[in-house]
Amino acid sequence: MTQSELTDTEIIKRILQGEQALFAQLVQRYQQYVFTLVLRFTDSREDAEEISQDVFVKAYRSLADFRGESKFSTWLYTVVRTSSITFLRKKKLDTTSLDNERTFLQLENRESGFNANTMEQKSRHAMVNAAIRLLSPDDGQVITLFYKGEQTLEEIGRIMGMEPNTVKVRLHRARNRLREKMEKHFSDEVRDLFTPDSYQQK
Amino acid sequence: MKYGTYLRLTVTNKSNRQAPNQNDGPTAGPPPADQETINHLTADLTNWSELYTDPTIKRMSTEQIMEDRLWDYIDGISSPAERSAVDELLAANFEWQQKYRELLNVHQLLNTSELDAPSMRFTKNVMEEIARHHVAPATKTYINKNIIRGIGAFFLTMILGFVTYVFAQFKWSAGGDGSSKILGTNPNLDLERLNNVNVSKAFNSTYITVFMLIAVVMGFMLLDMYLQRKKQLR
Repeated sequence: MTQSELTDTEIIKRILQGEQALFAQLVQRYQQYVFTLVLRFTDSREDAEEISQDVFVKAYRSLADFRGESKFSTWLYTVVRTSSITFLRKKKLDTTSLDNERTFLQLENRESGFNANTMEQKSRHAMVNAAIRLLSPDDGQVITLFYKGEQTLEEIGRIMGMEPNTVKVRLHRARNRLREKMEKHFSDEVRDLFTPDSYQQK
Repeated sequence: MKYGTYLRLTVTNKSNRQAPNQNDGPTAGPPPADQETINHLTADLTNWSELYTDPTIKRMSTEQIMEDRLWDYIDGISSPAERSAVDELLAANFEWQQKYRELLNVHQLLNTSELDAPSMRFTKNVMEEIARHHVAPATKTYINKNIIRGIGAFFLTMILGFVTYVFAQFKWSAGGDGSSKILGTNPNLDLERLNNVNVSKAFNSTYITVFMLIAVVMGFMLLDMYLQRKKQLR
C-alpha cells in the first residue's frame, strides 16, 4: 500500500509510533481546505498562510488527543476555527459572528468598496470566491464546510458549536445571501442563472 | 459559453447529498406522494401568507418557505414523503419549477467551485516547523479521572460535614405545645442556639475532629495517587 492510499487514521497511528515524515501526507491532503477556511476569517493571504501553518503545528502537537471518534477533518476544522479566532483577536480584528451588529457594518463597508470590474479574472471560481468573501465569516465557513469539506450538518454543528438544525437554517440563509451578492456584483455573469426569464420549460 | 449551460454540462455526482439532476425530470426518485403530504406542503405556504396583510411581507414569507422546502430537497435531507410531494409540485407548478432551477444553479455553482491553495512551499514550511516540536502526550494520560473524583469527594465531604454540624445545632422536637420559634411552624427549630454557637468551642467538637480526620486521610490518598502517577510516567 502506498502512502497516499493510507487512511487518515492509519497515518495518525504511524505518526504516533514515530514516523513524523508521514505528517506531510496529512498536510497535503488538507492544506487547501484549511487555507480556504482560514480565508473566510481574513482577507490577507499572508495571514491566512501563517494561521494555516499554525493550525497544522497545533494539530501535530495534539495528535495524540485525536481519538478517532469523528473524522480527522472535523477535528482539524475545530483547530482551524479556534486558531483563526485567536490569531485575529491578537491582531485586534473583529472576528465576531454574523449576529454581531458591528460585523454587519464592517461587511457593508467592505462591500461598498468592492468593485466587480476590477476583478482581474472573471472566472466562475473567482466569482464564487469573491462573493463568498463578501459574506460574514460564519456564512462563508458553513458554505465551505458543507460543499468543500464534505461535512454533514451534524459535523458542521460540532465544529461551530451549534445544533444541526441551526446549521441547516444558517446554510439556507448563507446561500441566499450569496445569491444576492452575486446578483448585485456579478449581475452580467449570473443573469442566466438566477433570472426567471432564463428558465426554459422542457 | 453561458454559465447556466456550462454548469448543466459539468455538474458531477457528489456523495449522497447530490441533488436530483434537473434533466432527469421531477418524476424520477421515490414513490408518488399522497395528496395529504402535497396539501401539507402547500397549506404551509397559504397559512403563513394569510398571517400577513402587507403584500410584500406576504410574498417574502411564501417565498421563504418554498425556498426552505426546496433547499432540503436539493440537499437530500427531506423525508421520502416530502420528497415525493416536492417531485409532484415540480411536475405541476411552474413557480416551484422556476425557483427549483434557480436554487439548483446556486447549488451546482458551489459544488463545482474550487478551493484556494496556499503557496508551493507550504508543506515544506510546515514540516520544517514541526521538526522542532514533539507530539504532546494525550490529555487523558495526565488527567486522571480518579483524581478529579477524589477532589470532588473531598469538597462534598467538607460540605456534608458543615451541613451535619449545622443541623446538629438544632433542637428537633415534634409536636410540643404548638408554639414555634421559627415562622410558627412545627417541628420547632431553636435558631437561638445556632446564633449562640461558640466557634472556638466548635473546632474542639467531635464532629470537627472526625471531619478533619477524614479530610486529612483523603488528602494523603490524593497525594499518593498523584505521586504514583508521576512515577509511572517516568
